[in-house]
Amino acid sequence: MAGESVISVRHLKTYFYTEKRCNKAVNDVSFEIRKGKCLCVVGESGCGKSVTASSIMQLLPRLSRIEEGEIIYHTHDKGDVVLSDLGKNSKEMRAYRGKNIAMIFQDPMTALNPVFKVGNQIAENIRQHDKCSKAEARKRTLELLKQMGIPEPERRIDQYPHEYSGGMRQRAMIALAMSCSPDVLLADEPTTALDVTIQAQIFELMTKLKEENDTAILLITHDMGVVCEMADDVLVMYMGNVVESGTAREVLKNPKHPYTRALLASILVLGKGKDQNIQPIRGMTPNPYNRPPGCQFEPRCDFACEACRERMPDEEVIEGTTHMIRCCNWREACKNDGE
Amino acid sequence: MENKEVLLTVKNLETHFPVKGSKKVVRAVDGVDLTVYRGETLGLVGESGCGKTTLGKSILQLVKPTGGEVFYYFPDGPKDLRKMKNRELDAARKNMQIVFQDPQSSLNPSFTIYGAMSDPLKKFGLKTKEERRKHVGDLLEEVNMHRDYMDRYPSEFSGGQRQRIGIARALSVDPELVVCDEAVSALDVSIQAQVLNLLNRLKQERNLTYIFISHNLSVIEYISDRIAVMYLGKIVELADADDLYRDELHPYTKALFSAIPVADIDYHKERILLEGDVPSPMNIPSGCRFHTRCQYCIEKCKTEDPEMKSYMIRGKEHQVACHRSDEFVEAALAKDQAAAPERPENPIAKAAREAEEAGEKAE
Repeated sequence: MAGESVISVRHLKTYFYTEKRCNKAVNDVSFEIRKGKCLCVVGESGCGKSVTASSIMQLLPRLSRIEEGEIIYHTHDKGDVVLSDLGKNSKEMRAYRGKNIAMIFQDPMTALNPVFKVGNQIAENIRQHDKCSKAEARKRTLELLKQMGIPEPERRIDQYPHEYSGGMRQRAMIALAMSCSPDVLLADEPTTALDVTIQAQIFELMTKLKEENDTAILLITHDMGVVCEMADDVLVMYMGNVVESGTAREVLKNPKHPYTRALLASILVLGKGKDQNIQPIRGMTPNPYNRPPGCQFEPRCDFACEACRERMPDEEVIEGTTHMIRCCNWREACKNDGE
Repeated sequence: MENKEVLLTVKNLETHFPVKGSKKVVRAVDGVDLTVYRGETLGLVGESGCGKTTLGKSILQLVKPTGGEVFYYFPDGPKDLRKMKNRELDAARKNMQIVFQDPQSSLNPSFTIYGAMSDPLKKFGLKTKEERRKHVGDLLEEVNMHRDYMDRYPSEFSGGQRQRIGIARALSVDPELVVCDEAVSALDVSIQAQVLNLLNRLKQERNLTYIFISHNLSVIEYISDRIAVMYLGKIVELADADDLYRDELHPYTKALFSAIPVADIDYHKERILLEGDVPSPMNIPSGCRFHTRCQYCIEKCKTEDPEMKSYMIRGKEHQVACHRSDEFVEAALAKDQAAAPERPENPIAKAAREAEEAGEKAE
């Protein structure tokens, strides 16, 4: 059944600690990843997109900790599993990681181990999770490489990552992630390091996986074009908070939060030529160690009021939709829309 | 536009890099012809490794080209930059400057902003310190920064600010030509807009000429008057910015445009997926260098390298290097006659037209 949620994240708070200072990198984030759908998380650098994905995978660096909240994985056979209660290196977590939940990283050169052959790295994951013979694992690896469109898989399987081109390395990473047919694929800026023609190939592949295997995808990006292209659902993040979420159409066609609106006004759209009036967002993102006390966007927002300065506004869902906005003045921000 | 004044012509420029331990060479720039007019922005677009940056640097002689000519039109006539002596070249550099991609590594972290900007000023005429400090302060104000910032170090600034310092530094000797090498690529989108608007304003105020290098087509389309598309060291298509988007002629340009995710949810364009990767510039395919990935490839493409051909489409020059360009031009013109208003109308023009129609109705 498409639309059923596979992973629910509820009120997740992940903090980083350094030298007695605390960076609230992810501060109260809730969302659902649905089966056969692509959820895009969009935001500027440093807004907590990647930390959210690492929290789900429990791959956080040592100085950070999931402070509060739950990450629930809805399995088919064992009911709901609370991933955030499992230890980072517990047996169960390791069983899920790489098998049921897989991740693609931004830079395939650093994510793949340079001293092992690509084929062996993929086969290792298969053998770890589905106890099978070496020959069987190799056969499946070959099949995967072929599916991912890697030319001459028989030769490529025994090559090292440095012998692959950038696009091919990313395909090998996707092959590795897909090797145990996961329910959820977390993709952290999978194409940022690639050229657009290669990016198009990778997205084509991801869409195919989504449609054929009913895989749920969490796609992290900063490119609004990619969001329009890929997303079924959208989550807009700013400084550790989700400021707006909903289906792609709700958020991108009728953005309500001042930040989403400002972000969309600041980007160029191909084909609109030189007459576009792009508006930068004034000021800059606040220092994460010295955040505004209330709404994080308040210092840069045109609609800020006294209440925004004091506390983060509550989540507000527009009736009859899934469109959530976290702003007390969004009605005022949108009042000229209908005209 | 008839009275365009030429600022720079590049003829058959080649920059090859030797490969250590082998007789092969990397043909980064491989026979580029280009004319830059005064006051225009020429966009240079292509995928990574196609030689855009090397071309930009070769024009400024920051990388020594291995063949061809670069004529810069000085007030006393055109001169080949390649044949100049170092001392002459230093003097000529006053006219041409560059803004680098990475604002982090292009500013020396141990120099204050004033320190980084004062040396060229000393060389080009401002003798006293007061004069130089005033000039640097003025420049910083021109890029919307406080003049007191000149005594700070690069680490004290954010990415967008550093990029603006890079621009101010390029402008410090009052150049005519500025090469912007991926000047906004390292910045967040909300900051990109700020720098792009600044570049546009400075161009107006100082009558600058830009060669704007980027892999981001949306940015290139926004800022450029003319766009050159590069593939593996050669320019494959060159046209006015609006025309290039309307009638892409070269199959590579078509694929490139169609691959770009557009930030408009109702926009759907048929996608041309290119097979495989860009070939290595050490091993450029014979004939047309795009033929290995081209869906329109014919026998001729595999053996003969196509020449750049020039067409007049709607009265404007459109250059393309492809054996089958005649067919594509015909198709473009036919499409034009068949259904002109099919593509999304420019919103401003549309608003104007609608207002006009509403006015007519009222009458």
